[in-house]
Amino acid sequence: MDRYRRRKAVNVFNLGVSAFTTAIALFFLFWLLWTLFRQGLAHLDLRLFTQDMPGPGSEGGGLRNAIVGSLLLTALGILIGAPIGVLTGTYLAEFGRHARLSQAVRFINDILLSAPSIVIGVFVYEIMVVPMGNFSGWSGGVALAIIVVPVVVRTTEDMMRLVPDTLREAAAALGAPRWRVVTDVVLRASLNGIMTGILLALARIAGETAPLLFTALNNQFFTLDMDQPMGNLPVTIFNFAMGPYDNWHDLAWAGSLLITLTVLILNITTRIFLRTKR
Amino acid sequence: MDDSAVSEEATGTRYPLGDLLFGGVTWLSAAGVLLVLGAIVAMLWLGAQPAFAKFGFWGFVSSAEWNPVTERFGGLSPMLGTLVSSLIAILFGLPVSFGIALFITEMAPPWLKAPVGTAIELLAAIPSIIYGMWGLFVFAPFFADHIQPVLTDTLGELPGIGALFQGPPLGISIFNAGIILAIMIIPFITSVMRDVFETVPQELRESAFGIGCTTWEVVWHVILPMTRVGVVGGIMLGLGRALGETMAVTFVIGNAHELHLSLFEPSNSIASTIANEFTEADGEVYTASLIALGLLLFLITFVILALAKLMLLRMSRQEGNAR
Repeated sequence: MDRYRRRKAVNVFNLGVSAFTTAIALFFLFWLLWTLFRQGLAHLDLRLFTQDMPGPGSEGGGLRNAIVGSLLLTALGILIGAPIGVLTGTYLAEFGRHARLSQAVRFINDILLSAPSIVIGVFVYEIMVVPMGNFSGWSGGVALAIIVVPVVVRTTEDMMRLVPDTLREAAAALGAPRWRVVTDVVLRASLNGIMTGILLALARIAGETAPLLFTALNNQFFTLDMDQPMGNLPVTIFNFAMGPYDNWHDLAWAGSLLITLTVLILNITTRIFLRTKR
Repeated sequence: MDDSAVSEEATGTRYPLGDLLFGGVTWLSAAGVLLVLGAIVAMLWLGAQPAFAKFGFWGFVSSAEWNPVTERFGGLSPMLGTLVSSLIAILFGLPVSFGIALFITEMAPPWLKAPVGTAIELLAAIPSIIYGMWGLFVFAPFFADHIQPVLTDTLGELPGIGALFQGPPLGISIFNAGIILAIMIIPFITSVMRDVFETVPQELRESAFGIGCTTWEVVWHVILPMTRVGVVGGIMLGLGRALGETMAVTFVIGNAHELHLSLFEPSNSIASTIANEFTEADGEVYTASLIALGLLLFLITFVILALAKLMLLRMSRQEGNAR
């Protein structure tokens, strides 16, 4: 009887610990979100969107230039990265499904997916910032694009693979050439899924800081010129949070809340997208 | 699945141009992805040359000196910082991830599974800079006031390892960075563990229950042995993430270039050093040394992630054979 009781006790204890660890992780999530909302909401007002960054020590100001800069940089990142990602995914799923190249690309792609983003920043610094002679919005966009590509490649291939081969065969039987099968049948059937992947990539780069540190750098002033260093939210949050002024800290919290809300909304949207599809 | 029905013979001869063009463009783009990886390694290697030329590869790796004034640089301190903080992250993150995966796959009632799973995954969606800021303003003071004194008074009194837990109560330390990293990698490890746990056939669970096993015994003696490779792959994936994480670490690690025995002293990591010093680095050797650090980081994470990938591949192949 003792043995049974011991086994039972071990079971209850271990399962209890398991439930407890889940509670710990959830506790940290809520702690983080709670801090973010409490600190961020207090400073989330209209002037955040209408005024530019305040200089050191000055009061007031907003994040207008950083928000606009971030929008431009993420848009550029998606515009460059998404087409390359979709084309590569198409190659993996359609044209070169069993090719040796595909196996290598799949392997490398999964590694790039988790590769340290700071190294990508250094890479783009070397290939763009050094030759061009200054930090620029363009190089920031390229750095973000390199992060977009693996995410989009992965989802595109997965989503295209979900399209049944019978559909491809049916189209081919009607005499459609391969490229029309891909564009008119496979791409159409998996479009929702591919859009989801692009949204996920957007969520991923919206808060990326490390690759922008020495590509887009930051800019205290409003600019739409992609040849210039460009203000952006993540790097601004980094600089402001590390700075000594309370006003800066407040703005950093407001900016953090803004980014987190964007990312969470994007994530939840993609989940709904995927659920309705299945 | 074989795609012979739409093979080149069936369509390529009649519509060569369109297929050639479109297929060619997708091929180019796929090859481009490979090229980017090659280019990253090549550019980092080239950029690091002045540093390697001056100090030698081993000289650079084994020296802990970091002095911009005399232009003497070595990567030992940031490399150790990266490794130690990541190991601390795994130490805390692994049991928690295992607990969560166990809770979600084996214990939670169906109505609880989805919300808990989603909440944990949202943890991965939050940008790392937010973790960094929260770590600096909220967690570090809390840690310094409430957790660190307790650890110093208990573990710090132990002979031998006690020195690890002695240090100034700043909350800015390699230990703290490890904890923040742990929170960040939990969702990655958990999601891999969940996936591999779910590949274990239901019949196996049921037959173990049938001979009288408790839930824990089923997990420990049936599920874990079957999914070992996948679990290790998940841990490596988390480790790869932790090694390369930049912003969260930069906020809380303190960025001090000294080697300390204590885990509570400010320290640095490869990523935080690059993030802090790259734009300020003047002089060829200084910049090259930072790039050399980047190269080392990239190579280390590449190896870890490649191993993770290989293990997960082996896992999915096993699963294919079992069915």
